[in-house]
Amino acid sequence: MMRLMRYLKGYEKEATLAPLFKMLEAFFDLLVPLVVADIINNGISSGNLIYCVTRVLMMILLAAVGLASSVTAQYFAAKSSVGFATKLRQDTFDHIQKLSYKELDQIGSGTLITRLTSDINQVQSGLNMALRLLLRSPFIVFGSMIMSFTIDYNCALVFVAAVPALAVVVFGITFAVIPLFKKVQAKLDEVTEHTRENLNGVRVIRAFCKEDEEINEFDDKNNALTKINEFTSGISSLMNPLTYVMINIATIYLIKEGALRVSLGSIQQGDVVALYNYMAQMIVELIKMASLSVTINKGLACAARVANVLDEKSSIKFADRDAETTEIGTVEFDKVYFSYSKDGDPALENISFKAEKGDVIGIIGGTGSGKSSLVNLISRFYDVDSGVVKLDGVDVKSYTEATLRERIGVVPQKAVLFAGTVRDNMKWGNENATDEEIWDALKIAQADGVVEGKENKLDHQIEQNGRNLSGGQKQRLTIARALVKKPEFLILDDSASALDFATDAALRHALRGISGSTTIFIVSQRTSSIMEADQILVLDDGKLVGKGTHAELLKNSHVYQEIYYSQFPEQRKENARSEVAQA
Amino acid sequence: MKKDTIKKVFDLIGKYRFMLYLSVILAGVSVLLQLYVPILFGKAIDGIIAKGNVDFQIVGSYLAKILVLIIVASAATWIMSLLNNALTYRIVRDIRSRAINQIQRLPLKYLDGHKSGDIVSRVIADADQLSDGLLLGFTQLFSGIITIIITLVFMLSKSIVITLIVIVLTPLSFFVAKFIAQRSFDMFKKQSEARGQETALIDEMVGNSKVVKAFGYEDRSSERFNEINIKLQNYSQKAIFFSSLTNPSTRFVNSVIYAAVALIGAIRILNGALTVGDLSVLLNYANQYMKPFNDISSVITELQNAFACAERIFDLIEAEPETEESGEMPAAEGNVELKNVYFSYVKDKKLIENFSLKAKPGMKIAIVGPTGCGKTTMINLLMRFYDADQGNIIVDGTDIYGVSRHSLRKNYGMVLQETWLKHASARDNINIGKPDATDEDIIEAAKEAHSWEFIRKLPEKLDTVITDDSLSQGQKQLLCITRIMLCLPPMLILDEATSSIDTRTEVLIQEAFDKLMKGRTSFIVAHRLSTIRSADVILVMKDGHIIEQGNHEELMSKNGFYTNLYNSQFERK
Repeated sequence: MMRLMRYLKGYEKEATLAPLFKMLEAFFDLLVPLVVADIINNGISSGNLIYCVTRVLMMILLAAVGLASSVTAQYFAAKSSVGFATKLRQDTFDHIQKLSYKELDQIGSGTLITRLTSDINQVQSGLNMALRLLLRSPFIVFGSMIMSFTIDYNCALVFVAAVPALAVVVFGITFAVIPLFKKVQAKLDEVTEHTRENLNGVRVIRAFCKEDEEINEFDDKNNALTKINEFTSGISSLMNPLTYVMINIATIYLIKEGALRVSLGSIQQGDVVALYNYMAQMIVELIKMASLSVTINKGLACAARVANVLDEKSSIKFADRDAETTEIGTVEFDKVYFSYSKDGDPALENISFKAEKGDVIGIIGGTGSGKSSLVNLISRFYDVDSGVVKLDGVDVKSYTEATLRERIGVVPQKAVLFAGTVRDNMKWGNENATDEEIWDALKIAQADGVVEGKENKLDHQIEQNGRNLSGGQKQRLTIARALVKKPEFLILDDSASALDFATDAALRHALRGISGSTTIFIVSQRTSSIMEADQILVLDDGKLVGKGTHAELLKNSHVYQEIYYSQFPEQRKENARSEVAQA
Repeated sequence: MKKDTIKKVFDLIGKYRFMLYLSVILAGVSVLLQLYVPILFGKAIDGIIAKGNVDFQIVGSYLAKILVLIIVASAATWIMSLLNNALTYRIVRDIRSRAINQIQRLPLKYLDGHKSGDIVSRVIADADQLSDGLLLGFTQLFSGIITIIITLVFMLSKSIVITLIVIVLTPLSFFVAKFIAQRSFDMFKKQSEARGQETALIDEMVGNSKVVKAFGYEDRSSERFNEINIKLQNYSQKAIFFSSLTNPSTRFVNSVIYAAVALIGAIRILNGALTVGDLSVLLNYANQYMKPFNDISSVITELQNAFACAERIFDLIEAEPETEESGEMPAAEGNVELKNVYFSYVKDKKLIENFSLKAKPGMKIAIVGPTGCGKTTMINLLMRFYDADQGNIIVDGTDIYGVSRHSLRKNYGMVLQETWLKHASARDNINIGKPDATDEDIIEAAKEAHSWEFIRKLPEKLDTVITDDSLSQGQKQLLCITRIMLCLPPMLILDEATSSIDTRTEVLIQEAFDKLMKGRTSFIVAHRLSTIRSADVILVMKDGHIIEQGNHEELMSKNGFYTNLYNSQFERK
């Protein structure tokens, strides 16, 4: 957490002045009971009205100075804590964007988003609180104690006994309740999860007539939540009555002691009133400190979570300069092994093949056979365990990240579009693309019709995650986005699955047209999508079990045959017949 | 509207009203005692006059009295808190319980028409907000008002002049607080807007960071983020600063009042109208009296917020649930007849018009069409998730609108494309349709559905708790199919049931389905036309309408939409 302190750089002055001014305010607060005592002891006893008036004016002056220092402190605290959080947020955001796929898989984007948003907000309020109250509260508590010594030694001993006892109760209850609150949160999560689950599964629940069971299960969780809530709040609401009793018992002692001291003539009546006031001030401050410690605790816990993200380093180091290419438009895998985690099963085993410039390479296989893993290695989203992936004859590890991104156009499985106009989205591929270039890409991707159907054409507003488009429309637009880049290599990772067969076919014909200058990889579950490829790679459980054209594979790859016939059962009979005829 | 909500909230308190009464009484006791104690302290201090002039007996007897009273007062305070907590948490529990009942009973039209996140936030966040508001209301508002009244009475008994001064000056701090709150409210609004924008950007860029990387968009997104971030910094800083002024400002006003009380008090003492003990009590009361004013403004905002949330919850728990017919549908053989059915989701957008269909036991009815053409509408009608606007659906001669939904649905086995699994063990997920099934039955069904291969590899086999990401989409679908294989209902509905399963496994499952479908009426929605060629009736849907109907050969010979759809699979260059 201390590592995060460097984000206070540039705000050192504010971060130091804020607590100091707060302390100043507290100092003036502490003077008030002294003045009251003075009024009673000197003003009233001697009947001097002028004296009383000057003292009261002094009280108002003290309050005004207190206000001024408090406002100054709040200003500095707000400035430094918000400035701190802003820098931290920017840095964390930039840092997350630098992480490689491997780290992103491990951490998960959901957590990253909470850390960037609510966690950093918590850190900000924790810091703001800490700056405002960290010095002030102990200062008042100990200040009251010291001031009481200046009044009377014997009476002050009551404070010396009361402060630790109060602190034990206040902090004891606070810390006892923190883990209970976590339990409450966990139970609430269960109730939330159940509600969400029921809403998403409403059709299945009704189809199986499970409504009552679900209600009963929910009620159990709901009751458990209520119970833990009542228990937790029961304990935390002990704080108020307990401290009340203690502070009053202390006051009773104080007055008893005070009575003795006054009767001996060591102190005066006004002093007893002042001591009484100090006692009251102290308890207010102790309770404030307890609530502050909760906020600071939360802030610290969140700070640790943010620091964890910042400590996460990208596992992929890119080259600083590009190596000289030795070929053009080729992709080569040489005995490539790859796994997602060290001791996990390999996702790819001993993969070797070569694609020439302008080739269309089809990749097919069942779910989990390693198709996406294979194409992710071309873009160096992950690093191989062993073997080499070569692009234009050179290991992908000897290119800069910018070069790889520029040369390779990727259409990911999940069709993601961003809030903004169609044009904004298309320019992701190339910032300087002209409208003409965008329309060309849209035409190839069979998406020109989608955009032409919109009133504002390229200025049509796409909602976040492309909510206002159908699955097929999104897929076509994501393909166009990659084409705007005019990449040397184009990778379609099962990105036409939502298209109907006719559109899929038209898309493939159009892609054929650009394949002279672009090497294209098409990943698919459908045989029809890759049948016409120059080379088809058949993957099964991470191994390359077939390589060749459709006709070749149909003859000699058992796995390919199975896949093909499962999709075209009538072809099996026909082929069998023609084989018989040939014989 | 607002009054209505308040009344409804009080209705909820109904059965706990004795707790509420007791709580109010205890609040009165606790406040009264807490305010009376300073008076006794004042009297005790009055017994301490000067050197040699201390009446130890009076001081002692007051202190003893104080000791008893503070113990009673704090006991009352604690019990009051316990009551208030129990009260609010139980009210919220009751609300949530009613909400979940509603979720199970509301027409799907309502649930489909609301985003599930919105309903969840009503049941969870809004209910919490209501409980926070009520709790604060019960504890602070009651005791606040009682405190104000009692301090006034006590102060009046000590000094009318000083009391009047306090009454006149107190609203000052109230106005100061209000003034600052209004100024900072604007900034808070701007802050939450900027924060909303920033969160949206984070959602997009971090949620899709793989795409950002693939396009080398990092620098551009960092720039966009920076722009919003700086804007947020500006608003946050101002919002936090302005709002943090409330406390010191009101404290300053209070200090001034305090000083005024001290001054007037001193003058009154000099005139002999007041004792020093009285002054210390008055100073104390002035403080006590002002505190609730500072709190009450925040309580009122909180309560307003709570009632706004309550309105949203009432909107849910008071929506009209489905009516239930008392008739029972016997175990069906599988004769399904749709007679002149009309249906539309929205009144003026007609979808299904005058549709009729007869299915005999063992028949296979396929529904095909491009994505989003409304294939699920048929399922909604058959399962009675939605009711037809006109016409009848008859199963084995019984009108389904005359029997309970449960008895109808028990006759159907349904597998949807959107897999739904509970956060529970694999066993509990499979035996949902047949809770008394033995493990042998379950394993056999799992083998039939080809899910056993992965279930037996799970760390605790059938006892493994299924979480959202522990299974692949295909595996989830296999589990859903296993459910049906276990309970073997007389009629089947398969909506893209195998869409995420790779084609080789699909062929195996198809065989199992074919076996299952023998003698059962089945309705199948599928993307891959090859799997439905053997259907007895194919319904071709487009834009929600049924445009063609017949078996494969009939439809092919029509050379219409179906023919196009079918041929596009085999299209060659």
